[in-house]
Amino acid sequence: MNILLRPRPSSRLRELTMPFVAVAASLAICSFLILIAGANPLRAFSIMFSAAFGGQFEITETLVRAAPMVLTGLAALVALRAKFWNIGGEGQLLVGAMAAAYIGTLEWWPVALLVPGMLMAAAMAGAILCAVPACLKMYLRVDEVVTTLMLNFIVMFLLAALLSGPWKDPVSGWTDSPDILRAAEFPILIQRTSLHLGVLVALIATIVIGVVMKYSTFGFSIRVTGENPKAAHYAGWRLAHVIILVALLSGALAGLAGAGEVGGVQFQVIGSISAGYGYAGLVVAMLARLSAIGVIPAAIFLAGIGTGADEMSRQTGVPFFIADAVQGISLIAVLIAMTLASHRLVVIRGSKTRSTV
Amino acid sequence: MSANPAVLQFNGITKRFGKVVANEDVSFELHPGEVIGLLGENGAGKTTLMNVAFGLYRQDAGEILVDGEVCQFSSTAHAISQGIGMVTQHSNVVERHTVLENIMVGLPGRGGRLDHAGTIMLLESLREDYGLWLAPDRLVSSLAVGERQRLDIIRTLVRRARVLILDEPTSVLTPQETEGLFAAISALQSDGVGVIFITHKLAEVRRIAGRVVVLRHGKVTANIENDGALTNEELARLMCGHEPEQVTRHAHKLGAPRLVMKAVQLQSPGGKLQIPAPVNLTIHSGEVVGIAGVSGNGQVELAETLAGMVVAKSGTVKIDDRDVYGSTPKEMQAAGLAYVPEDRIGVGLAGSMSLRENLVLTYADHPRFSNWGWFKLREVERFGNELIKAYDVRPANLDTPVGLFSGGNQQKIIVARELAFGPKVLVIAQPTRGLDVASTNFVHREIMQLRSQGCAVLLISDDLDEVMQLSDRVAVMYENTIVCDLSREKASVEKIGLAMTGAVENGDGIAA
Repeated sequence: MNILLRPRPSSRLRELTMPFVAVAASLAICSFLILIAGANPLRAFSIMFSAAFGGQFEITETLVRAAPMVLTGLAALVALRAKFWNIGGEGQLLVGAMAAAYIGTLEWWPVALLVPGMLMAAAMAGAILCAVPACLKMYLRVDEVVTTLMLNFIVMFLLAALLSGPWKDPVSGWTDSPDILRAAEFPILIQRTSLHLGVLVALIATIVIGVVMKYSTFGFSIRVTGENPKAAHYAGWRLAHVIILVALLSGALAGLAGAGEVGGVQFQVIGSISAGYGYAGLVVAMLARLSAIGVIPAAIFLAGIGTGADEMSRQTGVPFFIADAVQGISLIAVLIAMTLASHRLVVIRGSKTRSTV
Repeated sequence: MSANPAVLQFNGITKRFGKVVANEDVSFELHPGEVIGLLGENGAGKTTLMNVAFGLYRQDAGEILVDGEVCQFSSTAHAISQGIGMVTQHSNVVERHTVLENIMVGLPGRGGRLDHAGTIMLLESLREDYGLWLAPDRLVSSLAVGERQRLDIIRTLVRRARVLILDEPTSVLTPQETEGLFAAISALQSDGVGVIFITHKLAEVRRIAGRVVVLRHGKVTANIENDGALTNEELARLMCGHEPEQVTRHAHKLGAPRLVMKAVQLQSPGGKLQIPAPVNLTIHSGEVVGIAGVSGNGQVELAETLAGMVVAKSGTVKIDDRDVYGSTPKEMQAAGLAYVPEDRIGVGLAGSMSLRENLVLTYADHPRFSNWGWFKLREVERFGNELIKAYDVRPANLDTPVGLFSGGNQQKIIVARELAFGPKVLVIAQPTRGLDVASTNFVHREIMQLRSQGCAVLLISDDLDEVMQLSDRVAVMYENTIVCDLSREKASVEKIGLAMTGAVENGDGIAA
């Protein structure tokens, strides 16, 4: 017997339904985990749903949580499109947060330029951090998976050192950075909600990235490089330039996510400022199947699971970590579904009419 | 011979891929000691049929009989165990292991251990019977292409193949190596091995095949004895259903030198230490220079150097008196050079991207197609439709990923793109590899058209007939340099064949 994957013609319907099938499959698998934890999966999921999308407050909370994942998702998307394996979204987000928090506390900085300055600084910090592994890859052939991932830990401990050293609150002794100035707090988009400027930034970034990837020669060079680097070289692009530009863009997007968390949510840097958003960005990009528009529903889905799991955990006693399980399982399910959308699984049995010579 | 039971019989084989019928009700039989030449245009279903016979595909209808018994293969291993052996164009070998180790891969061995002595004895017997021999302790990485093919044949024979399927075996061989292969085939034949020989070269079929089976659109359209009276024209008609037009080549006066390479030291492949002799080559306006040679002797390096993808170690390269040594691909394009690489899907195209995007792959920054880094979508669309029409690309859909087009259409796509802006210099490698008669004629006509417009053409091809047919001058590459540069009148298959093996025989000296 022989089990094989056979390519099959693409179908729009299959491509569109596939992410939903994958999500449904991952929820089904997670209901077993909920059962094991001693709760009724249907009840758990209904609590999760109403906690995430049950009303205006819940929806805005979910959107605020989705915003950084949209940005890290776009960061992952741009990099993966060029086959630059940027696993460092988390570190880039953190340096972005640190840069934004630093600018946000500067008394002498022009007040009107505080918010733009924070966004700029965060984007630049993320971009520079991501450009380091890109240069190492292109000029010294150092594998970027290792370097981007390891930089996450370096940045994490750098932040910890800052928080327990120079940024430590001298009075209370809390390991939090000083609060940013009032004028540095991001404006609220809709009164009496928590929808801040960072959500708008995420939305605009999605549109810009979508248009650039599809209609610009730069986006074209990224896609060709990822699809076939030899063809990109043949066509006349310099691979090193394309990859380094991609890294700058990817890092900048992840850095912006950090600015949003500082300027719109925490108003300071704390050790747990990122709930794994950098890593979640990879899941978001894969769930979105590397389409910019798809990043938004994918991020909202994961954010909803996150906010929902909080509430479900309180009401049913199922550990919050079920959210991480859904995230991980849905990634695997989507990867499998992507293969099955374009391939058919065939089992071949041979006849035994002849004995082996 | 028909008194013997067939060693392999196809009985009404039908194979579909979705809506496409690749093989329809194909029936013929192969007897022990018979050589069948399997002919057909691209997409006629030859390879599909052989993959069914080798257990890679499963037929939708019909049956395969081995020695008169129905056999349904579940895998290639199953097919091999039934005595079917296939040698494809690209061998799957472990480069850093020896000939013997490569042969022993997959053999049962003795009591869980590799059987070195027994395998060597087997090899000795193959040497005696068929004259097929390779020193068992040689590293595969040191083998030439022809030797690798011999290794593949030996591997199948060691597994007691009684049916040998050869898929375009001579496209990588020199004329002399081809003779050696034919000698081995006739020795196998007299020992009762049945051979199916797939090729595009009609003369070879006429020479060695006892019977010719022609496939067209997946069906058998001819199954005839080769009585020695078959002609190329007749076979070509059977393959494509009509008389193919001949490409005519008019004599004309050459213009000024367009492409001049002086003392260009090519990079050697795989970082070998041996330093190749420098290349000197001049191509005039309106001249086609054909490069012959066994593949892997620097043809790709020469082409990529000219395309700017690789920088030569030293030397001068000039296009119309402009020094372009060390230019990037983009600068070479700007200097008027177009390059059709031999590896279509690996270099020339981005497989999963659409036809529309692939048609502007090398023109993204051309002012006709983009402005300030943004594509002019309507212009790209118009250009795509023009080329589809001019080159009859099928399916005529700009949104189809190029990876889904047939090899012939992929080649048309690259040729269409590269010729679109009338290049001054065209480097075109293996322009018709795997193309059927009609597409081949089309590409040949395009090359001749460019020649009459004053383009300097460097034609690199493994197909000696093609080189001889189109070239004003023929140069031969051996070990990363040009060893022989002959005018059309002085070039003969014998001279070129010798030069391809490194035994230099230069008719009129290295042309300046």
